[in-house]
Amino acid sequence: MADTKKEGAGTRFWNWLTETQIWKSIFRHDRPNTDRTRVLVMLSNVFLHLHPVRLRKSGVKLRYTWCMGGLSFFLFLVLTLTGLLLMFYYRPTLEYAYTDIVGLREHVPLGIMREMHRWGAHAMVITVWLHMFRVFMTGSYKPPREFNWSIGVIMLVLTLLLSFTGYLLPWDQLAIWAITVGSNMARATPFLGHEGPGSALLRLGDVPLIHAYDDARFALLGGSFVGEGALLRFYVLHCVGLPLGIAVLMAVHFWRVRKDGGISGPL
Amino acid sequence: MADDKKPETIEPGAPPTGTNPAATPPQKMVPGGDAPATAAAAAATGAKPPAARPPAAPRPPAAPIPDLAGRTTTVASAGGSAARATTSAPAAKPATRDPDDLSPLLTRRAWLGLAWGAFSAASAAALAATGRFMFPNVLNEPPQQFKAGLPTEYGMGVDERWKEKFGVWIVRTPDDIVAHASGFYALLVTCTHLGCTPNYLLAEAKFKCPCHGSGFRLTGINFEGPAPRPLERARVVLADDGQLLIDKSRKFQYELGQWTDPEAFLKA
Ligand code: HEM
Ligand code: FES
Repeated sequence: MADTKKEGAGTRFWNWLTETQIWKSIFRHDRPNTDRTRVLVMLSNVFLHLHPVRLRKSGVKLRYTWCMGGLSFFLFLVLTLTGLLLMFYYRPTLEYAYTDIVGLREHVPLGIMREMHRWGAHAMVITVWLHMFRVFMTGSYKPPREFNWSIGVIMLVLTLLLSFTGYLLPWDQLAIWAITVGSNMARATPFLGHEGPGSALLRLGDVPLIHAYDDARFALLGGSFVGEGALLRFYVLHCVGLPLGIAVLMAVHFWRVRKDGGISGPL
Repeated sequence: MADDKKPETIEPGAPPTGTNPAATPPQKMVPGGDAPATAAAAAATGAKPPAARPPAAPRPPAAPIPDLAGRTTTVASAGGSAARATTSAPAAKPATRDPDDLSPLLTRRAWLGLAWGAFSAASAAALAATGRFMFPNVLNEPPQQFKAGLPTEYGMGVDERWKEKFGVWIVRTPDDIVAHASGFYALLVTCTHLGCTPNYLLAEAKFKCPCHGSGFRLTGINFEGPAPRPLERARVVLADDGQLLIDKSRKFQYELGQWTDPEAFLKA
């Protein structure tokens, strides 16, 4: 602080603001201009505390992380926001699904939200794969980070499932047949798919316990083919179930990066 | 916590862990009485704590410890048996409870076990209910069986009138490859590759799947593309009123030799 110079209006306002009760009730630390207060910023914020307080220099180098995890998270936020906006127009029924999607392009100002959601989704699948690739190539899956790797594997599956469930929602020919083909793989689920290995063993006398109307594929589609039940189930999973799950895991993932000693060092 | 009582209630050499949480902190105060104190003593003499642990001495007679209710009980040993020993021997128990007996009907440990058991059972039931919830009892889908009209309504070749609604082609042929007779069979319109719906191409006399290009002859036999086996045929019989009756819940697969089944082909 320059004591001799007269304080400008901005500084005076800032000084006043940071002394108000409202400000002080929210922020329990002084301005982050010392090591101590900077640490306090991280520790006293529920979101920031997921992040390591200190970073290794290599950890912020683009050539080490490619920022692919960070980009995945950024894209997840973009997809959450644009997806929320799409929900204001999209109705998951046989009658409206397709026309609502067309309407988003034709009748809604900045219907580009839909394009952002779709391209963002493709991009996130790519960045998550690349992130996994870089974690593998830097050997960052090794102890003590095995657990975070496992969390990552689950998030990879959730990312792909989000992509899969979202793909059905436009309800065009591409969507319907892609999901028909994709969900038919669930027939071959071990034990729980009616054409899968072991499912023939699950029977009571002559009565098969696993058949086309109660197997894994049926649970996914809510019917025996890709119809209105499937559309609704995929919609609910896409908009609520899977994002909720992946958001929780992301919190764990970031927290674990911190707890495992920050981003791993260079090889 | 009855802090003032602690020195009297624990004797040196009492078991290191008590079941009564109230009794645990005071134990630390007794030299040689438990692990931390032993470790501290060992550290003072420079010995390694684990090695410095004296061999377990024969247990002294159990010391009475007042519990949170102020009742004095007997500690028989660490762990659950202490809880079990809080009341006198079962044989001495009167049939009805003494109205002055303030001891709990359940020990804390038993109560916790019961509570966790109930919680786990409720969670498992909720999980099972969630699973069952995903399988409705009524489906809004076209029926598996339907009447397809009189045989005289059909000309030779592939008839597509039921494709959209029921997912079958009804084919009338002068000479079937399996039955070697003229008549009807019902082909399911589900591609045996991954389940798309093929198109009937009249000019090329085949069914062609748009998804990955599988092709099927009008008999249903696959001849091109990735489909591993012929289309399935459904049960076709004559209903009482002379109409064709198609039953999709009964399927016949060529590669299993099922097309020879009398109900897989209707001679007419
Ligand atoms: C769902 C999307 C995912 C998001 C949003 C995400 C986010 C992140 C972020 C922000 C980091 C910090 C370092 C960096 O940016 O590279 C990180 C590190 C890490 N991630 Fe992910 N991740 C995701 C999926 C995965 C997957 C699929 C795996 C592996 C199977 C994985 C395993 C790891 C591991 C082991 C670390 C620690 C790396 C180190 O310390 O160098 N993550 N993640
Ligand atoms: S689903 Fe018909 S060719 Fe693949």
